[in-house]
Amino acid sequence: MATVKTWLDSWPVYRQLTGADPFGRGAAARSKATDATVSRTATADRVVKTVCPFCAVGCAQNVYVKDEQIVQIEGDPDSPINRGRLCPKGSATKQLVTSPTRVTTVRYRRPYGTEWEDLDLDTAMEMIADRVLAAREKGWQVEDGGKRVNRTMGIASLGGATLDNEENYLMKKLYSAMGAIQIENQARI
Amino acid sequence: MPGLGASFGRGGATNYLEDLANSDCIVIEGSNMAECHPVGFQWVSEAKARGAKIVHIDPRFTRTSAIADLHVPLRMGTDIAFLGGLIKYVLDNELYFKDYVVAYTNAAALVSEDFVDTEDFDGLFSGFDPEKSQYDETSWSYDPGEQDSATEHPGEAASQEDEEDSPEVQASDRGQTHGSGGPTIPSKPHRDETLQHPRTVFQVLKRHFARYTPEMVSEVCGIEPEVFEQVAQWVTANSNRDRTTAWVYSVGWTQHSVGAQYIRTCSILQLLLGNIGRPGGGIMALRGHASIQGSTDVPTLFNLLPGYLPMPHAAQHSSLEEYVADAAGKAGFWGNKRAYMTSLLKAWWGDAATAENDFAFDYIPKINGDHSSYRTIADMIEGKVSGYFLVGENPSVGHPNGRMNRFGLANLDWLVVRDLQMIESATFWQQGPEHETGELAPETIGTEVFFMPAATHVEKEGTFTQTQRVLQWRHKAVEPPNDARSDLWFYYHLGRILRERLKDSTDPRDRPLLDLTWDYPVHGETQDPDAAAVLREINGVGPDGRALSSYLEMKDDGSTSGGCWIYCGVYADEVNQAARRKPAKEMGVAGSEWGWAWPLNRRMLYNRASADPEGRPWSERKAYVWWDEEAGEWTGKDVPDFEKTKRPDYVPPEGARAQDALAGTDPFVMQGDGKGWLYAPAGLVDGPLPTHYEPVESVVENALYSIQANPTVERIPGPWNRENPSRSEVFPFQVTTYRLTEHHTAGGMSRTLPYLSELQPEFFVEVSPELARLRGLSNGEYATLVSSRTAIEAKVLVTERMRPIRLRGGQVVHQIGMPYHWSYAGISTGDSANDLLGIALDSNTHIQEDKVSTADIVPGRRPRGPELLEFVESYRRRAGVESGRVGVNGRDPVDADAGEGSRL
Repeated sequence: MATVKTWLDSWPVYRQLTGADPFGRGAAARSKATDATVSRTATADRVVKTVCPFCAVGCAQNVYVKDEQIVQIEGDPDSPINRGRLCPKGSATKQLVTSPTRVTTVRYRRPYGTEWEDLDLDTAMEMIADRVLAAREKGWQVEDGGKRVNRTMGIASLGGATLDNEENYLMKKLYSAMGAIQIENQARI
Repeated sequence: MPGLGASFGRGGATNYLEDLANSDCIVIEGSNMAECHPVGFQWVSEAKARGAKIVHIDPRFTRTSAIADLHVPLRMGTDIAFLGGLIKYVLDNELYFKDYVVAYTNAAALVSEDFVDTEDFDGLFSGFDPEKSQYDETSWSYDPGEQDSATEHPGEAASQEDEEDSPEVQASDRGQTHGSGGPTIPSKPHRDETLQHPRTVFQVLKRHFARYTPEMVSEVCGIEPEVFEQVAQWVTANSNRDRTTAWVYSVGWTQHSVGAQYIRTCSILQLLLGNIGRPGGGIMALRGHASIQGSTDVPTLFNLLPGYLPMPHAAQHSSLEEYVADAAGKAGFWGNKRAYMTSLLKAWWGDAATAENDFAFDYIPKINGDHSSYRTIADMIEGKVSGYFLVGENPSVGHPNGRMNRFGLANLDWLVVRDLQMIESATFWQQGPEHETGELAPETIGTEVFFMPAATHVEKEGTFTQTQRVLQWRHKAVEPPNDARSDLWFYYHLGRILRERLKDSTDPRDRPLLDLTWDYPVHGETQDPDAAAVLREINGVGPDGRALSSYLEMKDDGSTSGGCWIYCGVYADEVNQAARRKPAKEMGVAGSEWGWAWPLNRRMLYNRASADPEGRPWSERKAYVWWDEEAGEWTGKDVPDFEKTKRPDYVPPEGARAQDALAGTDPFVMQGDGKGWLYAPAGLVDGPLPTHYEPVESVVENALYSIQANPTVERIPGPWNRENPSRSEVFPFQVTTYRLTEHHTAGGMSRTLPYLSELQPEFFVEVSPELARLRGLSNGEYATLVSSRTAIEAKVLVTERMRPIRLRGGQVVHQIGMPYHWSYAGISTGDSANDLLGIALDSNTHIQEDKVSTADIVPGRRPRGPELLEFVESYRRRAGVESGRVGVNGRDPVDADAGEGSRL
């Protein structure tokens, strides 16, 4: 008899008709599989506070990390700005990080080349430094129109407005020190 | 931002998103907030639930319109006419907030006798030079009152004023330098508190907007007079002591050839209505990227240093003394410019910056013209630039005129792209529309390309400054994979390598690099620099070696340092204030302990104006900040945006300077006269008052003046940037571009994600049923759009959301809408809307007019291969436009050096 009872209890319609959940929107709809399911947010090793990188509302996010991998990103209910809410883009930020098409190694295209090549990071940094010094030299102006300018017109830069303040600060500082002035940002666009 | 900066003294949104819930009426104009800032829109919904009226003014019916009480479908590019009509309505019916206007705005100031208005000059202000397409602004100034006795260097200041008007200084975009500090004025003006003198700003304003009648608004904007009347009633009925109206805008305003003046018109209206500095009021500028506000505060912009200090200009600033001369003796907090600049120089060059060497002022390179993004692209095509860094930016898709941008990239010696995905701007040498037409090929492109993988927002730490000036610290959740690194890492190590290479150099040119303070602590295997140390440097440090807590502590003697004076306080008490995360439920309305807002954690700007001149709240319902006589200080729900203990009845003594020269009734503390500017005697290059001009590409004749478009508009001519003639039968339809909720700008962060690509899988254009009939377009089928730049194809969405406008003369204006997120890379692909657009710029900001242009639309797919070039060329011929044909890599066809990188 007990077996029959258990068997009947496992049938949602039976629970719906006999229990306290006639519309089947709560306990009646639960299955063993449901009970065994645990949300990724519950088993994460830690929760890290961040901010959505898309529009400028500045929605606070909770990042759930397990085994040094991001398992979920959700809105932070503590924030006075977004009160835990995220839009479709904000809700998709985990894919932004874990995207399989993300390029995570340096790629190099030589002049007139027809294919990408691999390059290690340190070599790339040294090569870029070489080119910065050469371009700086080639475009250097002591004066322009009879006025002292002390600058290079050989180097230009355009940053996106998802750069951190600290990044923008180091960029402006370094570019100014090397004499580069054609330094721009999405903020102009 | 010059629109806000020249009106109020700072270029930031005046209020915060949550405060929209306190509004009695919200007008959203130049923004599809529900679609583009959906989570911020919850505060509009909250206001609506509390009974507020919501008005959406936009050519398209959108997700925002669907929730509004009223949608006003005005014709594209006519917002100044609409807002000008509201200003006239307010003045004619005496619905302005008189006590506020007299006390807190420059309504009573007298304008120079030499000023001639557009109303008397058929669309031009006095001082126009048709050859240079620029104004001499001298005649726009205030009628000078008593000369400021504290001006220490009157001669120098005067010569600065003169140089401000030189064409090359104008071209350097001074407008943007008013992001935190209004434009400088030589002295406080004569005033007539009765507002009756014919040269008071108030009377000038009345005359200027006299012709912006409801009938004229109806004619220009293509809306019914009753609709205008309804908006006017709601806005004015909800703007008084007891009630406030907020205005919300975004790039639907800024991306116009008169963009800064759109914002100025709104500023005038909101000042007249007494809505600035008050809860539920203000102008909410919605920025489009996580740290757009931050990217101008701590700018990577050619004309700015951190904190809106201008980049030194070759014609004006050969010494620190000259650089600060315009602030010497001035009223307002801008009077301390020397302390801010000296602290910046100390932050950058440390012990090498001394009083003897002018604090290394000469180490900063000088500008002398327009060095902005689009000008630089044209320079690239001409072979004038060797190397280019693209850091999280995809101009091939995100900028108007993609073809021109790609030609620029093809003429470089080298290009560094730092991004998460293989974006179009990194693959331009291999793939793209010009490869199909035969205009570009790998064999002719000498550009060396380095793709450097970047870290995502959760793989690094640092701050974003969001739309309401709040800095929020992000903690690092995980390490970036493989070679991926933060931009902080990249620039720190690039600087380290450059300094190592040059360490034995004796060339004085290398001193700025070698003397640079560049010793940030590094962490972990990848030697990641410490972002908190950078933020602390930005905050600034005092003589005792401790973090400063306010920019008022900054000194001009070299004893303090600080990389961005407006961010001073973010590291107060040696605490990273941006990392604060006190739950909303445990805080007051202003959310003062969540992150940190500039300036000095003040969440609502100019909030002194929420109290009357005596310091009492205008009403109990709208109480926010007020004077507490017993305590002898300003208090309330927010940090007062005012000196805490300055009495409301304070009158500046003779000879006072900087903040001491501002009275207890001057809430606009960054302005030289402490007032909100109805009339801008300085700060904008295209006029002290807004004037309706048609867009550069318009199908309609300007009904108000014989001057068709903004006379100062900046053009970058070349075969790769041809302009559609106005009122051309060949390009008979108006086009606007916009975003969708499910995608982000140029698509690198959204077309690459499966969820988002599934939600919005392909490029489409929206047309009205009337236009579909006129051109034989079918829903779901392809159409081709053509301009003088190129032709693109998209799926057609026939919808009543797009409404043709019938003008009184019988002319019907058809409008086309297209989202601009697509291109050939990623999961969801399509032609790029921006390829259709040309580049014509607001002369204040060098921002392009891409919210309105013209095109033709025909059924079917576009021609393939070289046939596309002939197809577009035939349109140019018919429209009388010069040829758009180019030689190798977009160079001149007879250019022998083409295909060999830059000429440098």
